[in-house]
Formats: sequence, C-alpha cells, structure tokens
Amino acid sequence: MTQVKMTVNGKTASGDVEGRTLLAQFLRDDQGLTGTHIGCDTSQCGACVVHVNGQAVKACTMLAIEADGATVDTIEGQANADGSLNVIQQAFQDHHGLQCGFCTPGMVMSAAALLKENPKPTEAEVRHYLDGNICRCTGYHNIVKAIMAASGQDVSAIAAE
Amino acid sequence: MPKDGGIGASTKRREDVRFLTGNGRYTDDINLRGQAYVFFLRSDVAHGKLTSVDTSAAEGMDGVVRIFTGKDFEGVGGMPCGWQVTDKHGQPMQEPGHPVLAQGKVRHVGEPIAAVVAETLAQARDAAEAIVLEIEELPAVINMKEAVKDGAPKVHEELPSNLCYDWGFVEENKEAVNKAFEEAAHVTTLELVNNRLVANPMEPRVAVGDYSRSDGEHTLYTTSQNPHVIRLLMGAFVLGIPEHKLRVVAPDVGGGFGTKIFHYQEEAFCTFAAKACNRPVKWTSSRSEAFMSDAHGRDHVTKIELALDGDNNFTAIRTDTYANMGAYLSTFAPSVPTWLHGTLMAGNYKTPLIYVNVKAVFTNTVPVDAYRGAGRPEATFQLERLVDKAAHELGVDPIKLRRQNFITEFPYATPVAVEYDTGDYFATMDKLEEMADIAGFAARRKESEAKGKLRGFGVNCYIEACGIAPSNLVGQLGARAGLYESATVRVNATGGLVVMTGSHSHGQGHETAFPQVIAEMIGIDASMVEIVHGDTARTPMGMGTYGSRSIAVGGSAMVRATEKIIAKAKKIAGHILEASEGDIELKDGMFSVAGTDKSLAWGDVTLAAYVPHNYPLEDLEPGLEETAFYDPSNFTYPSGAYACEVELDPETGQVTIERFSAADDFGNIINPMIVTGQVHGGLAQGIGQALLENCAYDSDGQLLSASYMDYAMPRASDLPFYDVDHSCQTPCTHNPLGVKGCGEAGAIGSPPAVVNAVLDAMRSGGKDVAHIDMPVTPARVWAAMQG
Repeated sequence: MTQVKMTVNGKTASGDVEGRTLLAQFLRDDQGLTGTHIGCDTSQCGACVVHVNGQAVKACTMLAIEADGATVDTIEGQANADGSLNVIQQAFQDHHGLQCGFCTPGMVMSAAALLKENPKPTEAEVRHYLDGNICRCTGYHNIVKAIMAASGQDVSAIAAE
Repeated sequence: MPKDGGIGASTKRREDVRFLTGNGRYTDDINLRGQAYVFFLRSDVAHGKLTSVDTSAAEGMDGVVRIFTGKDFEGVGGMPCGWQVTDKHGQPMQEPGHPVLAQGKVRHVGEPIAAVVAETLAQARDAAEAIVLEIEELPAVINMKEAVKDGAPKVHEELPSNLCYDWGFVEENKEAVNKAFEEAAHVTTLELVNNRLVANPMEPRVAVGDYSRSDGEHTLYTTSQNPHVIRLLMGAFVLGIPEHKLRVVAPDVGGGFGTKIFHYQEEAFCTFAAKACNRPVKWTSSRSEAFMSDAHGRDHVTKIELALDGDNNFTAIRTDTYANMGAYLSTFAPSVPTWLHGTLMAGNYKTPLIYVNVKAVFTNTVPVDAYRGAGRPEATFQLERLVDKAAHELGVDPIKLRRQNFITEFPYATPVAVEYDTGDYFATMDKLEEMADIAGFAARRKESEAKGKLRGFGVNCYIEACGIAPSNLVGQLGARAGLYESATVRVNATGGLVVMTGSHSHGQGHETAFPQVIAEMIGIDASMVEIVHGDTARTPMGMGTYGSRSIAVGGSAMVRATEKIIAKAKKIAGHILEASEGDIELKDGMFSVAGTDKSLAWGDVTLAAYVPHNYPLEDLEPGLEETAFYDPSNFTYPSGAYACEVELDPETGQVTIERFSAADDFGNIINPMIVTGQVHGGLAQGIGQALLENCAYDSDGQLLSASYMDYAMPRASDLPFYDVDHSCQTPCTHNPLGVKGCGEAGAIGSPPAVVNAVLDAMRSGGKDVAHIDMPVTPARVWAAMQG
C-alpha cells in the first residue's frame, strides 16, 4: 500500500492505495465522491472524466498513485459557491441534455474542458470532441445543443423540443 | 395553451439538479457497513459438461469469506420465466431449468459457475483465478436453423430438441392466407436478419444483498426497472422468502432499455449470500461482464412475403421467423417474438389476411429478451422493408403505396387479434412530407453527387402496441403476472402531496412529469407534489416501467387515486362551506360553492382532513390518502412516419445520416420536452442498430463483441440533430389522460428508414440491390456495390 495525497475540489484528499487502484476507485471508494461514474472497462465511455491539473482525464485509465500531488476537479466541485448550477450545468438542465444522468458527470467535465480550449465550438467540433463520451439515452441532440448554448451561441435555430 | 407547470408544459426536470452535481444515488454508490464483495467466475466456453469445480486453492486466499458453486443452490429454485407460450399444437413451450450457478453443464460464454465473496473486489478476483475448472467441451449450437435440425447437439439434454416452441398465429387463417398468395397478382418476398443487440445502458448492473438477523428481513438494492417484480419472482420462486420479509430497492438507475427488467442470477445470489455470510454482499458488473450476462435483444431470422392484387392493394402477409432465446429462458423472452411481434404484423395497413409463424430456438448464447421496442422493431422492420421492396418491384412510389393501403377507420380490428383504438396515419405522413422537404431532395442529391457522394432518401411508417397491458388478456396469452399499475396519493396536512407509484424512472423524468398531471387536476403548483418510486417498502405493488407504460398505465393509476382524493376533499369542503358536495367546484387550488363567492383554499381542506374539528366525522373518516390500481383495457397504439436521408461514399461504403425526420402521434402529451428526448434516444438506438451495432458470436460460441472496442455504440459524431414532431395527436380513447406513451417509438420506427435510404442511395449510383442486412456497415455497403 502507498499513501497518496492530492487536492480534490480544493480540499486535501489522502489515503492508502494499492499500486493497481484506479483514480476513479480512489475518488469513489476512498473519498466517497461517487459522482464520477464507471461505465466501461476499455476507456471508451467517458463517464469517469475528471480534470487532473486542468486537463480532462479518464479517471478509469489513471492510477491513483499517478495523481499523487495533483489538483483534481470532479463533478461535485463544479457548481457555483452558492450551490447554484454553473453555466454548463444550467445549460444541460435548460436543454434537457440528460435523462438517466449516468453519463452526465463525464459529459459536463468534458464540456468544461472543451469550452476552455475552444470557447465557441461548431456543432461538428462538439460532436467530434464527444467521441470519448457515450450516452445511451439522449441521442446526443440535446447534449450538443446544451454545450453550444453554454458557450453563449444562439441555439434557437437548432430543432427545438 | 398549457397551464403553466401543468399538462403540456415543457417543465424543466427537478431530478437534473442531483444528476448534474454528482449527487445521484445509483446502486454502486450504496455501500453498507461490513459489506463483502462478490466476483463471479464465468464460463469461457459456450457449451460443455462441468465435471469439476475445484475451489480448494482459492479457499485459503487472502480476504476470502466464502466461495459458492452450483452445489450451494441445489435446494433453491431456478430462475423463473414469467410467460408461458403455447405452441400451434396447443402444447406448452419447452421450459428448461435455469440454475443460479451452473449445475452439471455450462451453456453459454458468461454463464456464472462460481461466486467468490471476499473482503475486497480485488481479493475476490484474485481468488477466482485460483479456482480450477474442468469442462468437457461440447459442440456449440449457434446457428438457429442448424440448431433445430435432427441430430443437432442439445443445449438442454432433458428436452426433445432445441426448439422451445413452434407458434402459429392465427392458425385458423393459415389456409386462407396461403390461398390469397396463390391468387395474388404480385408477391414480394424478403429474407432478412434482425441483428442481435446489446442494450448497454451506461450504468452496468449492480446488486447489493443485505440480511438482518434481528428481524429476519432481506433487502436487495438492485439496478431494476421493476423492484416489485423482482421481489415476487425472487421471493416466491427462487429463494422462498415471503414478500413482507423481502424489500427490493431500485434507487437512481442509469438507463434500462428493457435489459434491467429481468430477474437475474446475480440478484438472487447476493440476496442468498448476504444471509449465508451474515454480511452485505455487493456485486458490480464490469462492462465486459455486462456483454456476457445482460440479456441481449432482437436476433430474428425472418422470411416475409406480401401478396398484392392487380391494383396494388395488400391482400395477405405471411411471415416465418426463427427467434433466438439464447441458452435459457429469460423472464419475458417467450412473449417478445410472439405476442409483441406477431400481433403487430398488420402495421398501418388494412391487409385482411395475415399468418405469422415463429420458431423459438435455444442456442449456446446469452439469453435474449426484450430490448427497447421488444418485438415491435422486429415487426416494423420486416413489414416496412417488405413494403418498400414491393414498391420498387412494382415501380410505385413508396409513400403512395403505403397511403393506398392505410387503415382509414377506427377502431380497427386487425386480423392478428389487436384492435387499434384510434390513429390517423395520413396526418403523420402529411406532416412527415412537410418536415422532410421532399421537394428539395433532388437539389440536395445533386450537391452530394458534386462531392462524389451518393444521396438516398428512405421513408417508412410504423404502429406500435404499448402501454402494456390488460391483465386478463395477457393472462390468456400465457403471462404469469398481471400488468396493472398502482399509485397511492398521500396528501399531507399542510397541503403537499406524495405520490407513491409502482412506475419506475430510469431516465424518463417521472419526478417532473407526474406532478404536472396532479398540478393540472387540482390547480396547485407542481412543486407541491413529490414522487416516490423504486422501493417495495414505500410503494404499492406495481409492475414497473417498460413497454412505454408509465404515463398510460402508471399515470392512469395516479389519476384515479387523485380523483378519489378530490372527491373526498370536496366532501370536506362541502361540510366546512355548508354546501352540498355537488355544488363544490375545484379550480386553481380553490374550492368554491357554485354561484356564490364562498371559497376555501386547498391547504385549509387538507389541514381539516388531519385536524378534523369542523368535520363530518359521522360520515367520513379523517385523513386524505387514496390508492388506485389501474388495469388498462387495451394496449395503446402510437404511430408515425419517419424519413431518413443518407450520404454514401461509394469508395469506402461509409454512410452518414444527413437528415432524420420523425412525425409521431402519441395522443396527448404531458411534457413535450421529455417526449422529444425519448424520441431522440430511440432514434439513436434505431440508427445504431441499422448502421453500427452487432452482437457477434463465432461458430464456437465465443462472443466476439464483448466490449465497447468491438461493439459499435453510436457516438455524437455518428448522429445528426433530429427533426421531431408530435403535433398530430389522436388521443387514446381508453385511458383518462388520452396518452399513448412514447418511450420506444424512436427505436421501433427508425431502422427501416435508414436501410431504405441506403438502398435508394445505391440505386442512384446505378446499383440496384434488393436488401442489405443490418448493421449496414461500410464493409457490407462496399461489398454490395462491387457485387
């Protein structure tokens, strides 16, 4: 067992992990932050996306020990300080960008990373960026719309409800 | 105009807040003090005699609590099947045993053989690797037609063959149907495969079993669409636990699509093991495990024929299907290719004579059961591909041929038992033609061709039967359960309401949509209504959510219970206002006496019910809580018309969806935003089936597509924005809300439009191909273009 220590959502998080413990398991099981979800075992689905040192990372494909000393942001830390939904989260609610909610944390975290690097993405750019995030419920229409709306673009022309 | 927050409003979902902030409570998020973890050792062989399971090396390993094998379940019931189909000779189907852990034989890759319970999952997995299995491999039975030939190896030795049943419907009409074919002016024939799919909800299955020695109560937390069904099946038929000692909880569930309906071995195991080990026992499926243990969907091989007269009227349909059951009968499996498929063979058309034959076959594959649409996508696909093929053979426009044969009068009694209550197929086809801009297609095709691509247009219509179902009818058809739904509406003293519903939301938004109905009925704000679901200790017995039944059946139960609440509330108001109850009106949350200005607020009446001081106690009990069980009198029949435009690259065979238009008739609608979302999701799954997804086995029964690397899940870049409309509304005539349900329509109606479009694209490039089987992959398109 090895001690790891990292900052998660602004707070120090530490624990003892095995060499093989995934970051996703450390967050969920050790830290009780169950918002990061595990949906596959081949690193395809993206339900586990978190930010490590500002980069979008699939927490199922990173070992906890690799995140030692890092700054980690998860879905639980995304809302505003007063508890209200942030711009991306609110856009997902406004545009019905989620149904069962299981892929949602990964979608929100991926969207945040995308908009940081590309503040006004086109539809094609959003869709391409989401190749690593699978959703089975929404058919993606409202997710893409929500992300474009969160970026401040006018989505009224997109086939509405 | 929809009342603000009432029926017809696109109210934003209140459940979104917890999902968007990581505060959802999915079954894997539940951890009980002292829990142990189970890892299942599964067969990697499709068919074999299990001659030895040697756990001796594993027993002593670090952290191992206990190891279970089939021997531990010899005194326990097997997994039950909830539907008994009778074959065309009046005999019951073959119903093999289905053990919790393999006994004597393994019959599919993925069948659980041993279960290691340990302190950590990693230790359980490590110990499982030390279990030594001796399996004498037997030839695997994979191809259905081979499986029913004389001398084929038997999946179940105790059965006469691999044929589960040979079902004919309607048997008495068979001769007349055959005669119509002999006399037909034209016959169109089509052979096709409806490809096996894996539902793959994003949340893998999880089960946490718990047992209390102090009160003898079992609790199972499970990713289920129907906790009461699990309680009944597991308690009564597998483990022998009476209902009042067994609580089943399905908390937030991350998608179901049918595959989380069924009672699975892992649920029974965790419940059993928690008592045996005196610890909670938790199982979390990995995705690879899901591929080989979640029930699969579809997997039909069909030949269908259409007879037409000289004026292009449909005179008869005859269809023959081999339906894969897999190695064991899953909970509802026998009903899917029969009562949910054969009865849909009229489609939108007035074909007078229809005969459906289905042979259900056991193979050494994962059990197959309902998956979004359950039988109706299979029926729609064969019918709508057939009609399109006929149109091309006859040189008739595919839309015109359909319109000519549309049912025009309702109610319509089909020749396959079901009676459609209402519909207007012309309206949805008109709407679709408007949405799809058919007039502009020629120009769009030219643009595609200028880029070196072919462009195709495909159209189809569909009908579906959902809102399942009348209990006495399904009972006659072999169902071993009723299909009513329940609701208890409890009004609190301060005016808020709690609806305890037997329906279950795993993405459908009931927590938002159901209160909208009550808000409309009483005239209060929807925020005063709370929905409780998914816990057998808190809700009345209900059948759960699948078959697009929640609003039609669950919503109706809620309406009936609320009507009882309103009736009683009016009595109380009448007493307080000193008027007869017949003169009391309820509007916008106020009770008033007709023709006067005397009124009383909802909250005053609810308080009076629980503080009955000025109250007719001689005639009326205090309290304000009512229950209703609603058994529908018929299925509901959504219908619609879909159009798809594709671009096809002739050099690579790659197909992209350029446009998808869907005009649906769902009757009345509660929340348009949620309905649209359901259609979007269904379309994605239907397009996925048509172009991408395929659950593939090799001839030895090895599952080739057992991860997201090998099974092509639709991604955002595979799909366009959809154009969806549900303004055509012929309300259901037989439920109080006039709703039909919408959850499966998208997956039912979309595959034919896609395939029809691909063939149209190929024809425009000079390649006239009669059919390509799904998934219409680039390899298959390219091969068809060359051949």
